[in-house]
Amino acid sequence: MIEVEHLTKKYGDVTAVSDLSFTIEPGQIYGFLGPNGAGKSTTMNIMTGCLSATEGHVRIDGYDIFEEPDKAKRLIGYLPEQPPLYLNETPLEYLRFVGEAKGLRGGALNEQLQEVLRQTGIDGVKHRRIGDLSKGYRQRVGIAQALLGNPQMIILDEPTVGLDPLQIIEIRDLIKELGKTHTVIFSSHILSEVQAICDKVLIISKGHLAAFDTPENLERHMTSQEIILTADAPQDRAVDPLTKVEWIQLLELTEPEPGLTRARLKAEGEDLKEALRALFFAFAEEKIALLELTVEKASLEKIFIELTEFAEKEEQSYGGDPET
Amino acid sequence: MAAILKHELKSYFHSLTAYVFGAFLLVFVGLGTLRYNIQAAVSNFEFVLQYCALVLAILVPILTMRVISEERRQKTDQLLYSLPINTTQVVVGKYLALLTVYLIPLALVSVYPLIFSRFGDVYLPSAYGSIFAFFLMGAALIALGVFISSLTDNQGLAAGIGMAVMLFNYFSVSLSEYVSATAFGSVVALMVLVLLLVAVVYTLTKNENLAFAVGIVLLLAVMGVYFLDVEAFDNLLPRMMTALSLFDRFGSFVNGVFDLTAVVFYLTVVVLFLFLSVQAMEKRRYN
Repeated sequence: MIEVEHLTKKYGDVTAVSDLSFTIEPGQIYGFLGPNGAGKSTTMNIMTGCLSATEGHVRIDGYDIFEEPDKAKRLIGYLPEQPPLYLNETPLEYLRFVGEAKGLRGGALNEQLQEVLRQTGIDGVKHRRIGDLSKGYRQRVGIAQALLGNPQMIILDEPTVGLDPLQIIEIRDLIKELGKTHTVIFSSHILSEVQAICDKVLIISKGHLAAFDTPENLERHMTSQEIILTADAPQDRAVDPLTKVEWIQLLELTEPEPGLTRARLKAEGEDLKEALRALFFAFAEEKIALLELTVEKASLEKIFIELTEFAEKEEQSYGGDPET
Repeated sequence: MAAILKHELKSYFHSLTAYVFGAFLLVFVGLGTLRYNIQAAVSNFEFVLQYCALVLAILVPILTMRVISEERRQKTDQLLYSLPINTTQVVVGKYLALLTVYLIPLALVSVYPLIFSRFGDVYLPSAYGSIFAFFLMGAALIALGVFISSLTDNQGLAAGIGMAVMLFNYFSVSLSEYVSATAFGSVVALMVLVLLLVAVVYTLTKNENLAFAVGIVLLLAVMGVYFLDVEAFDNLLPRMMTALSLFDRFGSFVNGVFDLTAVVFYLTVVVLFLFLSVQAMEKRRYN
C-alpha cells in the first residue's frame, strides 16, 4: 500500500506537483494519466525516493520513503522514464548487479534471475550487449530490473513510449500479467492504453489530482450521455416532437441532407431508456420516421480533456499564469 | 556497497580503463627507474616516485572523469537512487574500486626496491615509506577527481577541470614564489577567494540571501583581522598555497621523514572530497 499525503514539489518558483494526496491499494493495476508536463514523472520520482519533496509524505506500507528509505525501497521496483541501463553490459551482468544491490545472494539471486528473465522474455538475449538491443528489449530489461527482489509494488514510468505497435501490445500484456501478482502503477499519456489495462485511473493535470476512479465510473459519472437522432423531416417539423419530451435538453440541430434533421440531445435525469422511449413515441405520433437513434457514451478521452481543461480554466480564473 | 564495488571493478576490467591506467603508470615508473636507479646508479627508489608525481596529475583525472558524470549522462543515477542503498555507499563503493585499480600497479612497483636490494644497498624503510605516501597522495587525488566528476555530466569537462586543478596544485609551490607576499596582496587574494566561494554557494543552493550573508560575514572577518593585525597577513598567500599543496607534502617522505601530519592531511582530503561528492549527488535529489 502506498499513501501519498499532501505532496508538493517546487522547482524554484515553478510548482510541478501541488498538494497531491491518494492511496494505492494492493493488488490492482493503476494508471497514471496526464498530459506531458503534468507532474507524472515528478510524482513517481518522489514516490520511489529518487527526488525529494518540498512538502508532504510518501509512505510505502507504513515506511516513510524519506525517513526509512532502505525498508521502503525494498518494497518497490521502479522503471524510470528513460530505462537506467548500462549499455556496455549484457542483460545478465546488469541484472546480477541490480540483484546484488537489492541484497540478493547466491542461490536466491540465480533463482530470481531465471524467473525475471523468463517473465520478461529476455532469456534469449541475455548474453548480448544491452546497447545492441532494440528499444522494446531494453524496456524489458528495465522492467526485469524493477522486478528483481520481488517487490510488492512496481512503478513504471511511460513504459510504452517510443515502441512500435507490436512491442506496445507485448509490454501491455506483460503489465497485465504482472498485475496478477503485483500492484502495478504505470503512467501514460495514451488513453486507450490506460482504459485497456487499468483497474483504476488517476488523472493528474498541472500538478493537481483531477480524478481518481475506475475507468467505468469515470465514464458514468463525469459527463452525462448524449443522444443522437436523425429524423426524416425538415427542421420546423422535427422540432415539435422534441419539445414534447421532458427529460432531454437540445444541444444542437443540423441538416445533414435536405429534408433530414439531426439533433444532438443531452439526457437529463438517470433513466436513459425512459428518455429514448419517449422520443420514439413522440416522433411516431407525428408520423416522422427516425432514421437513427443512438446513445453516445463519453469516452475517457473526452473526460480527460474536460478534466484537464477544467483545471486550466479554474487556474486562470484565480489569476494564475496559464503558462505554469 | 559490495555490489557497487564489484560492479565498478568489473566495468574497469572489462573496458580498457584499468589496463591503460596501470600500463601508463608502470611505463613512467619504469622510465624513472631506468633513469635514476639504472643509468645514474642511485640506490634511492624514492626519487623515482617524486619524478612520477606529475604523471598522477594527468592520469588520475582520466581515471576518475567518468565515475559519476557518466551515471548522470546515461541517467543510470536514477537506478542508484531507487535501489535500497544510500548515496554514501555508492560513493565509497566507487572510490574503493578506483583505489583497487590504482593499487594494482603500485603492488608491482613495490617489488622494485626488493629487486634492487639484491644488487646493492637500498635503504628500504625510506623506499617503502615513499611508496606508502605515494599511495596516500594518489588516494587524495582520486577523491578530488571523484568530486570533480560529481559536478558535471560531461566526462571530458571533468577530465579537463581535474587536470587543471591538479596541475595548479602541483605547481602551486613554485608559483607561490611569484605571487604577492605583502599583506595587502594577500587581503586582495582572500577577497577574491571569498567572492569565488560566494559564487559556489549561490550555484549550489540558488539562495541569494545565504550567499550574500556568507560573503558579508567572510569579507567583514577578513577586513576586521586586517585592521587589528596586519602582520598576520604577511606572506599569507604563498604560505596558503604551499600548505594546500598535495604534492609538496610528499617531498618530506622522499627526504626520508615519515611525516605523520602529511598522513593526516591526505586522509582529511580523502574524507572531505568523498563527503562533498555525496553532497553533490544528494543535491541532485533536492534541486
